[in-house]
Parts: sequence; structure tokens; C-alpha cells
Amino acid sequence: MVAKDHNAILLHAIDEAAVRAGLSIGLPLANARAICPELTVYDADPAADLKTLNDIADWCDRFTPLVALDPPYGLFLDITGCAHLFGGERALLQIVINALSRRGFAVSAAIAGTSIAARTLTRYASGQVIADGAEAEAVGPLPVSALGADPAVTTGLRRAGLKTIGDVASRAPHEISARFGADFTTLLGHALGRGDAPISPRKPLPDYIVEKRFPEPIATDTVIALTLSSLAKTLVAAMEKQGKGARQLEASFFRTDGAVRAIMVETGRPVTRPEMIDRLFRERLDALNDPLDPGFGFDLIRLAAGRTQIVVQQQRDLDTTVHDNDEISAMIDRIAARIGGKRVVVHLPLESHIPERAALALPAQHHLAAASAAAWPERVAGEPPLRPLRLFERPEPIKVPFASVPDGPPHQFTWRRALHAVVRVEGPERIAMEWWKQDGAALTRDYFRVEDAEGQRFWIFRDGLYENELRDEEGKPVPANWYVHGLFA
Amino acid sequence: MNGARTGTLASLRGSIARIEAPSEAAMPNRIALGHTSADAILRGGLAPAALHEVFAAGHQGGAATGFIAGLAGRVSARKPLVWVRQDFSDRENGALSMRGLAELGLDPRLLVTVRAADVDSGLRTAADALACDALGAVVLEIWGDARQLDLVASRKLTLAAQASGVTALLLRIAATPIPSTAETRWIVRAAHSPPGNAASAWGAPRFEAELVRNRHGPVGRWIMEWKCDECQFSEPSAYPQPVAAAPAHRPHQAQARAGHRLAS
Repeated sequence: MVAKDHNAILLHAIDEAAVRAGLSIGLPLANARAICPELTVYDADPAADLKTLNDIADWCDRFTPLVALDPPYGLFLDITGCAHLFGGERALLQIVINALSRRGFAVSAAIAGTSIAARTLTRYASGQVIADGAEAEAVGPLPVSALGADPAVTTGLRRAGLKTIGDVASRAPHEISARFGADFTTLLGHALGRGDAPISPRKPLPDYIVEKRFPEPIATDTVIALTLSSLAKTLVAAMEKQGKGARQLEASFFRTDGAVRAIMVETGRPVTRPEMIDRLFRERLDALNDPLDPGFGFDLIRLAAGRTQIVVQQQRDLDTTVHDNDEISAMIDRIAARIGGKRVVVHLPLESHIPERAALALPAQHHLAAASAAAWPERVAGEPPLRPLRLFERPEPIKVPFASVPDGPPHQFTWRRALHAVVRVEGPERIAMEWWKQDGAALTRDYFRVEDAEGQRFWIFRDGLYENELRDEEGKPVPANWYVHGLFA
Repeated sequence: MNGARTGTLASLRGSIARIEAPSEAAMPNRIALGHTSADAILRGGLAPAALHEVFAAGHQGGAATGFIAGLAGRVSARKPLVWVRQDFSDRENGALSMRGLAELGLDPRLLVTVRAADVDSGLRTAADALACDALGAVVLEIWGDARQLDLVASRKLTLAAQASGVTALLLRIAATPIPSTAETRWIVRAAHSPPGNAASAWGAPRFEAELVRNRHGPVGRWIMEWKCDECQFSEPSAYPQPVAAAPAHRPHQAQARAGHRLAS
């Protein structure tokens, strides 16, 4: 593998045969060819590497929910409290190493009390399980390059004659800090089991997880559906003990070949009924563009409640509005599960006099309560509608031949290739743009409500005022642009 | 004459009486639109828990939206309303404006809008929403002719509406009417404001609504005015009614054409 670095083509990764031939990573390709003319070269693809690492991390989710990436080639798994499920730490390590080796990856793995110690071990002493407190003696004999510090630091240490981590550790910490910086001292401390750097897991830890493993992979829809409903029951039972309901649910399907498919549904209200979870997932699975592909089968299905909320029990039988609200949010959840939460919206008023900014569309799942309590401007009794029923997101330009008075309404206009003769006019209603927010580029609009000969009613506006805005550099008037912004009923 | 025959005769007389009952007799639980003659033809008003269709030409989107919003406002007073529409109907006719809805006297707080990617997903969503009995009405807005919206689809919507009691309103803009199971079908276009001074005569929204199909009664054609404050339709205030007489009352078309040919 080669990669381009500052206009030089360097070796990026090499295999064992190349190592035997005397090549090393970082060597220029020209030099490498001189050493070994029959070298086979491929371009490195860091994006694909990262994707593969992510895929492996997905697969590792089966062991613990806390998986962190350590790019470019490493993964941290926090297996606190998980190892016993797989027959102990050593057995777990063996499972990981065997499974990944079978898939053709070169694996080195280790278990230690701190993440940095484990990483240091993987570089030179794969397959070790170090008990808590024994880190210092385990990493002591390893060369300093195992720490994974900055190359300059590693070279500096070697030049100083400190070849192993034990050598470095035997010096007083302040000497090391003074020469190589405090960061390195911290790293060294972590490697020796003194303190730990927290790992940053890829996903937040779900509040509840239930899962089912299968000795024989399953592939039929019926079994998958049955598994999901039994998992839903277990999950709800677990949540019920603490009076909680799920707001976000994720079902993960682990395929035997390592691929993992995660499907998420969100709900507007905490879900407390297994049938509801079941139904939401059924809707979601039905609507998937690329259906769940079991391949050779799933060997693990997991259901996790990502976000939960305490359920407030309400009297259901007597208060019909509570019942109705429940029904509506259940309906919204169902539709959102199928077509996506962003497509189901409620509307909130915004404090803006600009017509297109007067309302905000927000996902109904999360804002239903806010929307039903919103305060919309009251209509003026006795007045005909002042605002159009349908509003174009982007005002559509119309052709206006002339207006009798400069600031007046047009007599006719062409919109969408049809000529409309203006019969009735109301206006102008002058709406200035928000000059305190923008750079002053937006022009003041004069809105007219017009009715054409057929009785259709439009909301049209002229962009700009003749007296001061519609002038070119020399102060001469320029023609105004007209737009239709909405349709009245 | 024995007892059985008397009973049969009585029940037959009863059914004849029911058939011959004046059509103006209001049906139970109909929702009055407010327009007296339209309500009379509809036997008291719009039937809830049924499918009603509104058709309009492509450029009459504003009027059609206003009319169907009026129907929705009548049938779902103080109950939530779900409005399902296609993605591109926003570009064709503009997005539904909440301020505009409030100006018509409807409550934007009770509106949930769903944007469907295509007709299939719109139909499915509408059927889903119709199953929720807490709603007042479901509006499904479909632009142009849709192959999917056949007799089967409209039957599904009707059944869903009957099962839950929610009224289904189907807005078809730029579409040709095809057979359906709808209770009523309207063709709507904008109507002129009443004659008067050009600069001051903006009044309430007016529609020229033609009832072209009515499963349980005759059809008709009216000018309807929407009263924003009362949230109901009414007879036009300043227009004499004959302007929008039903087409059946017009002189025969062939005669008129013959006369025209003679004259020319």
C-alpha cells in the first residue's frame, strides 16, 4: 500500500513478505522498488480503512455497548461487567481474536486495567490478560515505541538511551516531563496503570438493553418478528420496574458474517406497551427502502431503549382528552415510524412580521404539546382574510407591463404563462425587511391583494420602493420586480 | 286478512312512506354547511364518517384549498385535523399558510401536516390517520391524475372513515374525476367578489361550488361564501342567486346553437 505525503509516495502499509524483504513503513516507493523490484503496489484508501474499522466496531457491539474507535487501526472495548457473559476475560479475548482472524484480519488484542496499558500491550504482546495492578511489570519490558507517542518523542527517548518503557519509568517523572512534555508523562502514567484516560464510546450508552442470542442463526421473518415481540416484553418489564417508558428504541440485527443493521424508531410519548413497540417496528421494517437482509442469518438481536422518560400515570377512563391525546400521538408515531419523523409536522408561530418566517414547522413527535398551546395572532373580526391561505416558499416572479402610478398596483400581470387582468385591488401593505438582522440587501415590499377577472385572488408584491430603493448608482429609477407570494381562498 | 298479512302491509307502507318522505327532511347527525339550499339538497349537510371529494382545475388551487379547508372546519370543529399532501404540491400551489388558515377561522393549533413522498405513501398515511378516532377530519391532497387512486383505494378510505367516524376529504387539483365511492363530489372554482367599487370590494372568500355527485340525493350548483368569523358557509350577501343557476334549467344547448347558425 502506498500513500502520497507531501509530494512523495511513501509506503503506507506492508505485508509480512515485504518485511522479510527488508522494507519498512514510511520508505519512499522508489527506494522500496530498488530493494525489491517485484513489489506489488496498491493505493491506500484511508476512508475505506475507517469504514472497515467502523464495521468491526459495529460487530464488537455484541460484546459491550461501550466501543470506542482508536484510529487508524485500533478499537477500545470497555468490558467492565461484560466478560462473565462470555466465560471470562480470557475466553472473551479468544473469541474476539478467533472471530476476527477467521475473517482475514491480523488481530492483536489484550486486556488490561487501563485502556492505554491494553493498547501498549497489543503492539508487542498480543493475547495477554493483565490483572489490575500488574500493568507496570507487564509493559515494563516493551520498547518505548509501543506507547504510541509522537514519533519525535520516541526517537528522543531512544537517543537518550531509554529503550524500554521500564527504563523510562525508572527515571523521575519531572525529568521526563521537562524533556518530553507533560502529555507524555500522562500517557506513560496511564500505560503503567496509574490513572486512566476515559474512552469516548461511539454511541451513548442506552438506558436499557435486552438481547437474544441464537446458537443457530435465524433468518425467517416470523422468527425475527417473534423475537422482537418477546424482547419488547422483556424490555417493557424492565422499564416498568422503574416507572419509565421509551422515547427512542433501537433494534440491532447482528448477522453471522459480521454485518450489523441497526433500526431506530422514535416516539412522541414514552412507550409502555410491548404491542406498541412491536407495531412501530413492524411499520418501520415494512417501509425500509432496503429491506432487512438476513444473509446467512442473524445470531444476535438486540433491543435497546436509547432514551427513556418517567411515565406519569394519568386517569384514563374518565378524562377523554387524555385518551384522545394518547391516540393522536400514537397515530403520529406510527406514521413517523414509516415515513420519517421530519415529514409529520406541527406548526408554531414565530415572532416575525416577514410572511415566510411567521411560522415554524417542527416534528410533531416532539412538539405536539407545544403546538397545541401555541398562541397565534388573533384574526380581526369582520375583516376578510388578510393573509393568503397558500404561501409560496419562494415568491414566484410575475411579469407586469406597467403600473399607472409608480407606487400603484398593476393592471394586469402574467403568472405561469397566463395573463391575469386585475379587477380589484386592496393595498398596498408595506412590509419592511428585518434590516437589523441582515446586511440591508433585502428591499421593502409593497403587498397588494388583487382579484383577477375570474375571481381568483392573489397576494402580489413589488420588491423595492421607487423613491429610494429602486435606483441605480446614478440615481436613475430602475424597473421593479414583481412577485406573486400567495393565493387567497 | 290475517295478522301476518296486516303486519307485512304495515311494514311495506312504512317503507313506502320512508321513500316518499320529502327530501328536505334532515338526516340525523349531518353537519350543516350553513348554505341553506345546499344543506337542503344534502339533507341537512355533509355526512360525517364518509369520503368527500373536491376537484379543481390546476390554476384554482387557492379556491379549492379554501373550500376544502371550509369543509374541514365544519366537520372537525375543535378536533384535530390531519392534512396529508405530496412533496411537490408545495411548489405547485404553495405551502399551507398557518396565518391564512387562522384568517379563515380555523385553528392552526389543531393541525398536523404530513408530507408524503408519493401517492402510495400519501394514501397509506391517510388510511392510517383515518383509523384514529380522536381526529375530526383527514384531508388528503393529491395533485394531478393518480393511477393509484382507483376504486379500490377510495373504497379503502371510505371503509376506514366509516370504521372510525372520521371524515375523509380528498382534494384533487388538476385531476379528472374517475369513479369512486365518495359520498359527495364537488367541483370548485373561485367566484367574483360582489360588484362594487373596484378599490374597496374585497369581501369574504367566495366559491362557485358545483355538486356533481351526491349518493343520496340530487345535485346542484351554488355560489358559496365563507364566513370567516362564524366559520361556516353562507349564501352570497349581495349577489342574486340566478347567476349560478343549475345547468339543467338552461335552454337546450342544441337549440341555442341552431339559432346561432341561423343568425350567422
